[in-house]
Amino acid sequence: MAENVSDTPSMSDTRVGNDPRIPTVVADRVDIVYRVNGTGAGRGSATAALNRMLRRKQTEKASGVRTVHAVKNVSFVAYKGEAIGLIGTNGSGKSTLLKAVAGLLPVENGAIYTDGQPSLLGVNAALMGDLTGEKNVYLGGLAMGMSREEIKERYQDIVDFSGINEKGDFITLPMRTYSSGMGARLRFSIAAAKDHDVLLIDEALATGDASFRMRSEERIRELRERAGTVFLVSHNNKSIRDTCERVLWLERGVLRMDGPTEDVLAEYEAFTGDKSDKAKPKAAQPS
Amino acid sequence: MTQVLHTPPPAPVTAEDDLAALAARHGLSVSGARPSLPQYIRQLWARRHFITAFATAKLTAQYAQAKLGQVWQVMTPLLNAAVYFFIFGVLLGTKRGVPDYIPFLVTGVFIWTFTQSSIMVGTRAIAGNLGLVRALHFPRAALPISFCLQQLQQLLFSMAALVVILLCFGVPVAASWLLAIPVLILQFTFNAGFAMIMARWGAKTPDIAQLMPFVLRTWMYISGVMWSIDKLTKNHHGLPSWVNPVLKDNPAAVYIDLMRYALIDSFHSSQLPPHVWIVATGWALLFGVGGFIYFWKAEETYGRG
Repeated sequence: MAENVSDTPSMSDTRVGNDPRIPTVVADRVDIVYRVNGTGAGRGSATAALNRMLRRKQTEKASGVRTVHAVKNVSFVAYKGEAIGLIGTNGSGKSTLLKAVAGLLPVENGAIYTDGQPSLLGVNAALMGDLTGEKNVYLGGLAMGMSREEIKERYQDIVDFSGINEKGDFITLPMRTYSSGMGARLRFSIAAAKDHDVLLIDEALATGDASFRMRSEERIRELRERAGTVFLVSHNNKSIRDTCERVLWLERGVLRMDGPTEDVLAEYEAFTGDKSDKAKPKAAQPS
Repeated sequence: MTQVLHTPPPAPVTAEDDLAALAARHGLSVSGARPSLPQYIRQLWARRHFITAFATAKLTAQYAQAKLGQVWQVMTPLLNAAVYFFIFGVLLGTKRGVPDYIPFLVTGVFIWTFTQSSIMVGTRAIAGNLGLVRALHFPRAALPISFCLQQLQQLLFSMAALVVILLCFGVPVAASWLLAIPVLILQFTFNAGFAMIMARWGAKTPDIAQLMPFVLRTWMYISGVMWSIDKLTKNHHGLPSWVNPVLKDNPAAVYIDLMRYALIDSFHSSQLPPHVWIVATGWALLFGVGGFIYFWKAEETYGRG
């Protein structure tokens, strides 16, 4: 059982030199480690901080710096035209792995090779609540590396897609005055306005009302047709089934399974007890 | 079922060199690797519109919630100048011996504030924007440069206020005012370079942001912002002879005095240190180029944990 789980089609194919498929992302035994400051026993107090500085050469725990091994020895190859789902319980390293593929987090060991620059679907951090929606469209677009002309060209599409102006001229109001749903819709619209070679999506499908969700799933499909490869992190097994044909299952930073969506999801659902009532105790059990 | 789940992860059996070779065969590049310096400069140039848009957005967002709005862009520097005038001009009487003391003081305060705040925002440029750094891909030098550009825009507002002050105090308009432009360009280059150095330090050790105000205040007092360095060193006879040139050749004093020379007619070239333009250009190039390379050297580490 364990063997046929681990031995994925993609892995065996890589050993054959004349594979017609074109790889876009190669993860080669990737380890990702976070270092967190200020977690010692006397957390936050001044004496503890002093202690930490004076006794540098201590064990990491005592010196107050803790390392979190978020992703452990993960290898996979993603090919052009694939849509790959990333699943796993909370804190299993999915988003971390995605950020490393995007080149936003350095890897501790191993390497990630990519074709072009993978982009994470997300511009939230570049936007400013005090600016109008209109200015934020430009700012977000520029932050993603679009040119002013490109943004001007797509500006109307972005606004129409977000549906911000359906209930009046809201795009000229500061973003902080938007409801959380409106803000999320505008953010998604800006982020989805650009075409990408490798697209990484982190739970973006859950924003907005039902009609907006339909539109955004439609948009994701479009992006996927134009993008080489799409990665999707989601806790929604239905949206994984709808969009992905291959799934990577991460658990505690370890790649537990890699294979066709149905096979992996079946295992995963059994693991989390999705279809039964014992969801919680089962998920908490392994150690 | 649980046996399956507890088995160790599927070990990549033959993956050792296969994966790296596969990546090489298809011309894939390492994700998040540091680009070469020319490549980095090209990327940065491609993002120039983002840099300016980000600076302008930050500037306008700053006073967006205030009732008086953008009026504060001019009010803040004027109030600053008023406070320093009250303390050093009225209370302490530093003005003795300095002609056109108020233009002298206000020019000093504004030019110094430009360098000081560029360094402060530079220190927080990466550490304070980790969200942005972790969400989007762009050459990270865009952040400190953009923040310094915001400070430059702020200074231009201050300069507008300064022109009003100069005219009020009867300083004549002169062709030498045009010298303000090269001075600002040199000072901006210096500031941006310094900000990039601080950004790298601040990214690794955020505590530096707590320390900088003290360092900067000391630097301000020895740079002749509120008084003339010449008068100060003349009054202390015990000082070694190298103190005066060292103080006057420090970058902050150089840019402040050059701006005073450009704007105030009673500030003569004899009050400037020798070869002042070469010194000013030297500081700008040393910090501008050096700071940029120093920042680029750690490009791939920004945003880690």
